[in-house]
Amino acid sequence: MQESWKPSADLKALRQRALMLERIRAFFVEKKVLEVETPLLCSATGTDPQLDFFSSFYHCEPKNKQMFLQTSPEFAMKRLLAAGSGSIFQICKAFRNAEVGRFHNPEFSILEWYRVDFTLDQLMDEVVELVAKVNGHPLNKVQKISYKNVFEQVTGLNPLVFCQQSYAEYADKNGIKDAVLLCEDDHSMWLDFIFSYKVQPSLESQMLCMVYGYPAIQSSLARINKQNPLVSDRFEVFIRGIEIGNGFFELSDVIEQEQRFDQENKVRKKKGLAVVIKDDKFLAALRSGLPDCSGVALGLDRLLMTVCSTESLADVIAFPFGRA
Amino acid sequence: MARYSTSEFKAGLKIMLDQDPCAIIENEFIKPGKGQAFNRVKIRNLSNGRVIERTFKSGESVESADVMDIEVQFLYSDGEFWHFMVPDTFEQYQADSNAVEAVVKWLKEQDICTMTLWNDNPISVVPPNFVELAVTETDPGLKGDTSGGGGKPATMESGAVVRVPLFIQIGEMIRIDTRTGEYVSRVKD
Repeated sequence: MQESWKPSADLKALRQRALMLERIRAFFVEKKVLEVETPLLCSATGTDPQLDFFSSFYHCEPKNKQMFLQTSPEFAMKRLLAAGSGSIFQICKAFRNAEVGRFHNPEFSILEWYRVDFTLDQLMDEVVELVAKVNGHPLNKVQKISYKNVFEQVTGLNPLVFCQQSYAEYADKNGIKDAVLLCEDDHSMWLDFIFSYKVQPSLESQMLCMVYGYPAIQSSLARINKQNPLVSDRFEVFIRGIEIGNGFFELSDVIEQEQRFDQENKVRKKKGLAVVIKDDKFLAALRSGLPDCSGVALGLDRLLMTVCSTESLADVIAFPFGRA
Repeated sequence: MARYSTSEFKAGLKIMLDQDPCAIIENEFIKPGKGQAFNRVKIRNLSNGRVIERTFKSGESVESADVMDIEVQFLYSDGEFWHFMVPDTFEQYQADSNAVEAVVKWLKEQDICTMTLWNDNPISVVPPNFVELAVTETDPGLKGDTSGGGGKPATMESGAVVRVPLFIQIGEMIRIDTRTGEYVSRVKD
């Protein structure tokens, strides 16, 4: 371990990172999207049971105040949007506890941006433009495909309608038997399992693939689709099969948002996780009115991995978790 | 017994799985940004050597396996058991045929092997990377041929059959790489 003071990424990757940041900023300057900063250390956090957060205490004896490192800048940026900022972008760090691996670092860089009055489709097009800009050349092999179509093409299963028996039969026949025991009757977990093991690897041949129309049960902070209540207005960005980012046509209905928080807190309770206090300031911002907008967040470290064609985040982060 | 959380998983970790001691070979953390986290793990069953793949929900924990590797000297076989000794302490272990099955053809008395113990019982033995064995049977070679091209099968004193160069004769000692089962060189006294 004497070598652990040294960066794990080589200088070439670090230069590429600086160039990526420069190109992103130039991209948004040209489009007149305002760069903003919001707190990393926040008084509230999200309820998503799949996101494990870091928390710490602000010392003010005897009532120390619990604070959270943001898992994404989403709530704070939406407060700016509600306050009339217009389209905005941010480059910052986000933190997710207990996520370490080839594609995960507990502290990572995010590019998140919101476009007022953009449809999800317009935003997807802008993602293509931005990724091309970061790569320094136009992209060949760009695809947009619905979640239902790509899932059906690869597995023959309908992701929107849960049938435990046919999912289990598929798992049995396709070398992912463990899914049967782990997922049981949890539709969403089944989708995560099959998508991660079977669908995502099939996207490796695509330079850039955007999968839209995620099942409504995985809507997160996206609106439910107006035409089809089984899908949400959410997309994910994959570059050579690696998940790079996630976009929404943003939910602005405060009542529905609060219901989702409550629902997620119920799941947290069931899983034995601490219940999270709902972010009042965020809800108040929605109550005052969030303009129609689409937003997306890209993981910059992973994006850099794809630009540099490396195998692991450690190749593009100077000091990843093990050396931090 | 201690337990390991999936977040402690890494290559080399010894865990219990389906009542057998296993060693993790490879661990991949899989998590969709907005979804369930899994650990996809490649595991070697230390009792039978088989490699399997298993997925765990991240955050689960598994029992650790009380497994350790020791250096032992092979003493002899009585036909039913293979007897080994720790050189420093003279402590002896007897391994059954299950534990030595895969390597019995490389075992030579007095060689130092690595033995894996589970709850203090031998479950597998790894011979040294190189062993020197005498040839007990092979076709007569061509005297002049020292090129080593072609080759022929030869049976060793331990019963192993190895491809050797044509010039190797019965009674000669040869050096063999036990990891590949390949002839390395002639041993000159």
